[in-house]
Amino acid sequence: MSAANRKPKAMDRRRFLQDSARGIAGCAVAGMGLAYLARDARALPAQAIRPPGALAENDFLASCIRCGLCVRDCPYDTLKLAELGVDGPATGTPFFTARDIPCEMCDDIPCVAACPTGALDKGLDNIDDAKMGVAVLIDQENCLNALGLRCDVCYRVCPVIDEAITLELSHNDRSGHHAIFMPTVHADKCTGCGKCEKSCVLPGEAAIKVLPMRIARTEAADHYKLGWEDRNPLVDELIDLPDRLPGPGTDNLVAPGGYTPDALPDPSMEGGFSPSFQLPGTGGTGQ
Amino acid sequence: MNDKAKIPVGQEAIEKFGWLRAHRFLLLRRASQIFFLFLFLMGPWLGIWWVKGNLSGSLTLGVLPLTDPFIALQSMLAGHWPELTALIGALIVGVAYALIGGRVYCSWVCPINPVTDGAHWLHEKLGLQKGWQPKSGTRYWVLAMVFVVSTLTGTIAWELVNPISMLNRGLIFGMGFAWAWVLAVFLFDLFVSRRGWCGHLCPVGTFYGLLGTKSLLRISAARRADCDDCMDCFAVCPEMQVITPALRGTSEDTPLILAPDCTNCGRCIDVCAMDVFEFTHRFDDTPAPGREGRTRSQPASRASRAA
Ligand code: SF4
Ligand code: SF4
Ligand code: SF4
Ligand code: SF4
Ligand code: SF4
Repeated sequence: MSAANRKPKAMDRRRFLQDSARGIAGCAVAGMGLAYLARDARALPAQAIRPPGALAENDFLASCIRCGLCVRDCPYDTLKLAELGVDGPATGTPFFTARDIPCEMCDDIPCVAACPTGALDKGLDNIDDAKMGVAVLIDQENCLNALGLRCDVCYRVCPVIDEAITLELSHNDRSGHHAIFMPTVHADKCTGCGKCEKSCVLPGEAAIKVLPMRIARTEAADHYKLGWEDRNPLVDELIDLPDRLPGPGTDNLVAPGGYTPDALPDPSMEGGFSPSFQLPGTGGTGQ
Repeated sequence: MNDKAKIPVGQEAIEKFGWLRAHRFLLLRRASQIFFLFLFLMGPWLGIWWVKGNLSGSLTLGVLPLTDPFIALQSMLAGHWPELTALIGALIVGVAYALIGGRVYCSWVCPINPVTDGAHWLHEKLGLQKGWQPKSGTRYWVLAMVFVVSTLTGTIAWELVNPISMLNRGLIFGMGFAWAWVLAVFLFDLFVSRRGWCGHLCPVGTFYGLLGTKSLLRISAARRADCDDCMDCFAVCPEMQVITPALRGTSEDTPLILAPDCTNCGRCIDVCAMDVFEFTHRFDDTPAPGREGRTRSQPASRASRAA
């Protein structure tokens, strides 16, 4: 009936291959577009906070089916599903904006209990262990406490008061005889609930903001030794501090610029002293 | 084809059985689509929280979890093993559609179906060209593409663009600009490709189609001997290629429409003035003689595609 049916088999096969190639190519192009969107979706805006227990963003996009059950079970209407083109997070995924409605840190964590997929990790059984983000006193020039006043609101509202946030006393150089009670967040205890950000009394944006861990926290500088925390020598037996005896070129204040022979610690040493450790290749004279 | 093919589609059935009967499955389908949407809207609109969630995942009466198996599968490919609740939900949905026909989802539940049906209605009204018609295998390539992208990017890829969840979730949780996505599907079906989205591309429909390959509930052209070639069933069927083997088969061929593409929408039953079609089950082997003088070597499908 149709023309194609009368053509020889070879033509059919050729046509089939062409059609397949076209189909595959079309899908490959569409697939690349989709993959681009998938990459793009990872760019979670800094002020969109995921619910308690949410897996890391990459895993979250693999696990959250966008059902909104967490949204429904949040008694404070904290959570909402991202709307296309309006909210920043990947379309349909749950988040909250701390300045609008913060997380009230429910003891029974109903949002996590409601999640059917494990996108909100069931392993979170104590809300104090939540890590939604971490609060940062981001505008120290406008924070009232930082200016030397007593606002204290962010501190007072914190559900983990005196652990997640403390007021650190310091001298007020401006007035000369007052104190500054600096709101200071301790990241290991802060859950990122956003109560402080919500209650900051400044108009518009808050001076203290919850930021995602990935933005607010760095890695500890493990290659530096904090001598006040760890008093053991860095490398046993190799460098033996303090070893600076008075000598030429040291900043020895007893004998600036050099040494005096009568100040020698050991009279048996002639014409100077030799350090207990010598840098290789300096012939023992280097200082 | 005969002269009857020139009468408007379904006209004869309406005259013979009345408007209501000639639209009963269409009306039932619309009712069902509204019902499944309303279940989700009862919470936010009326404060009756029998059903929470949306089509991607839900909890009914606090006990029955349901999960879209297509989404669950993408999630697994993306490297996440869902919690038991979601897995049970996906299993329930999967088994249900495997029994009643995967694409029952398309014609009885999916909120995009009224959109593309509307586009098709307008398409016919305006007498537009059918436009780009992707090959029949294209939808499987699209499905494979979704699985590949999910695996490679580690995301539930189709949910980034899926117009079904956009519309469903949009109506229940807040729309944003998701309406633009739905409008795009409508315009695509109207101007670019007749029945293009649901009939050729949508990977969700394809997935459910595969799921229901062996489903129990099937349409049968039981009284095919009475067919008078009015072509109305071909005109209304969203997947007209599925009708031919059953309707034009010889007495030895099964009258059952076994192709997984059939959406079990029942429109063919509605419009047939000769009452050829009926719902039945896959093991129904009531003899259904084919029409004399007609064999499968003379398929009517190609001619009717122009209809
Ligand atoms: S812990 Fe409570 S307030 Fe916070 S998001 Fe979950 S349900 Fe809502
Ligand atoms: S309940 Fe879980 S899967 Fe559903 S939207 Fe919330 S985080 Fe995502
Ligand atoms: S976000 Fe603010 S209120 Fe919440 S725990 Fe951290 S410091 Fe306290
Ligand atoms: S093909 Fe896709 S969009 Fe169309 S009705 Fe089926 S699931 Fe819905
Ligand atoms: S064969 Fe009938 S039931 Fe199946 S899709 Fe076509 S019109 Fe609907």
